[in-house]
Amino acid sequence: MEKAQFTSPWLPYLLLAPQMIIIAIFFLWPAAEAIRASFFLEDPFFGTATFVGLQNYSDAFAASDYQRTAWFTFVFVVLVSLISLGIGMMLAVSADRVLRGKGSYKTLLMWVYAIAPPVAGLIGVMLFDQHIGPLVEFVAYFGWDLQVGVDYWDTGFAMIVVATWKQVPYCFIFFLSGLQSIPTSVKEASAIDCRSETRRFWTITFPLLAPTTFFLLILNITYAMFETFGMIDQIVKDQPGNSPVTLVYKVFRDGFRGNDIGGSSAQSVILMILVLALTVAQFRLIERRIHYT
Amino acid sequence: MAVTEIDSSAETSGTTKAASADNRPRRKTKIFDHVVLWLGVLLMMGPIIVAFTTSTFDHVTIHREGMQFGWGGEFVETYKNVLYQEGGFTGEVTGLLMTQNSLILGLGFAIGKIVVSMLAAYAIVYFRFPLATFSFWVIFTTLLLPLEVRILPSYEVVQQLGMLNTYSGLIIPLIASATGTFFFRQFFKSVPNELMEAARIDGAGPVQFFWDILVPLSKTMMAAIFIIMFVVGWNQYLWPTLMTTEEGYFTLVRGIRNIMQQMIGADIPEYNEALAMAMLAMLPPALVIIIFQRMFIKGLVEQEK
Repeated sequence: MEKAQFTSPWLPYLLLAPQMIIIAIFFLWPAAEAIRASFFLEDPFFGTATFVGLQNYSDAFAASDYQRTAWFTFVFVVLVSLISLGIGMMLAVSADRVLRGKGSYKTLLMWVYAIAPPVAGLIGVMLFDQHIGPLVEFVAYFGWDLQVGVDYWDTGFAMIVVATWKQVPYCFIFFLSGLQSIPTSVKEASAIDCRSETRRFWTITFPLLAPTTFFLLILNITYAMFETFGMIDQIVKDQPGNSPVTLVYKVFRDGFRGNDIGGSSAQSVILMILVLALTVAQFRLIERRIHYT
Repeated sequence: MAVTEIDSSAETSGTTKAASADNRPRRKTKIFDHVVLWLGVLLMMGPIIVAFTTSTFDHVTIHREGMQFGWGGEFVETYKNVLYQEGGFTGEVTGLLMTQNSLILGLGFAIGKIVVSMLAAYAIVYFRFPLATFSFWVIFTTLLLPLEVRILPSYEVVQQLGMLNTYSGLIIPLIASATGTFFFRQFFKSVPNELMEAARIDGAGPVQFFWDILVPLSKTMMAAIFIIMFVVGWNQYLWPTLMTTEEGYFTLVRGIRNIMQQMIGADIPEYNEALAMAMLAMLPPALVIIIFQRMFIKGLVEQEK
């Protein structure tokens, strides 16, 4: 339905002005600059730039460092997204079923959302510390000599654990609200038809949660790719050495520490295209949801 | 809820043997659910509790014996140090100052975002004008590129504008993303059309309609967004890290990075003060979320729609 609308020659522009000015200066300009710089080879000392076409891109893809980072990012994103999704759903299903203590469980489980990724990273660094970390001691019982900051995949393991821990509350909140929006009539009907709670979950509840799951999956991927920066920065501690990093962290490191502006920009543009794909997926999903309800 | 109601009604009226036997699996799942939730709480709260208890010990004990699970008795000393004494390189910056900066960032970000995005959403939903579709798409594109992927050129722009180490340079570029605008756009679209027609018949102009009708109607929405945005703003890390090189502008979350770097060089790192700082950095957003839980969840879940 079309909304009744005002007409005014200047007022809408005035209302839009603050948003548009901020977007133009702090979004469009830098984004255009990133795309432009990705085609140039810049000399950080003389400030000169030579047009090199797609060379920055082919260099990025060809570098073994980039391939390794991309592979780690892939593993990291997949594990963090899926594990936090799984734990979040399990907790939400249980929290939806219990009668006593529902509110307290909810509060205790969700507030971790408030913790900033670098703060989570700091706590993670301590828990996984060689000297003082209880988690290192714990896995040592099982004969695992966990060496965060030394061994590539051990460090990666710590990152995955911290990133997942931080994302569980988010998934929990969405799943719980998704479960609570399932109509009582549906729950009652299914309870009459089928005694097995497990079977009821997989045939009724889980399909009804599917839209929430897809939505969360995309948000989790975005989270794992971009918002984990602060956490990774704490665990890596400015000593890149043999530590795994994500693609976003590499953009930052190559640009600010390595002064490779063209290469960093090309990596930015590659990430932009990835985000574009994710956003399109998200919006198509939301459109489909409208049919759903 | 309904499922358990059915079960409990069976329990009360269940005089037959079959009914009481049927209740057994239900009770088992109930216990199972509590076990799952307790494990979940342990998983989520455990690291925080250990971090807190460890922060009450002195750093030599921590260094020698690892993280602690009891009460160390150094609580007042450590937290006083972090709040008032911590010097940084210039000897000017204290935990209190960083808390103040974090508050400025959190509040400035939340308020700025609400004001800017409400105005823009109002223009897009309630006005017919030639550039409406174009503006919508321009705003939409900001969702495509998180700050993290355009960080280097963003930094250069802010540098050229001379906004490094200023509060406006810290806050305004973060407002560029359009999540808030979409939120309000969605909400305004759900406001019944009759309200606006009635207001127009009564002779209200667009400004009066906005101020007297739309803003009061949006109060809950505004509060929900405010809570989320405050937490998001308070927790910003990458942008403040690049933007602020003067310690007087450090936020708590930004300060974590420096604490970390000091720890690398130290013989016996100040674990207790680092953890105390982490506690301080998580306390305000955690309190906000716990106190305004209902509104926070509403705002968060609304994004899905």
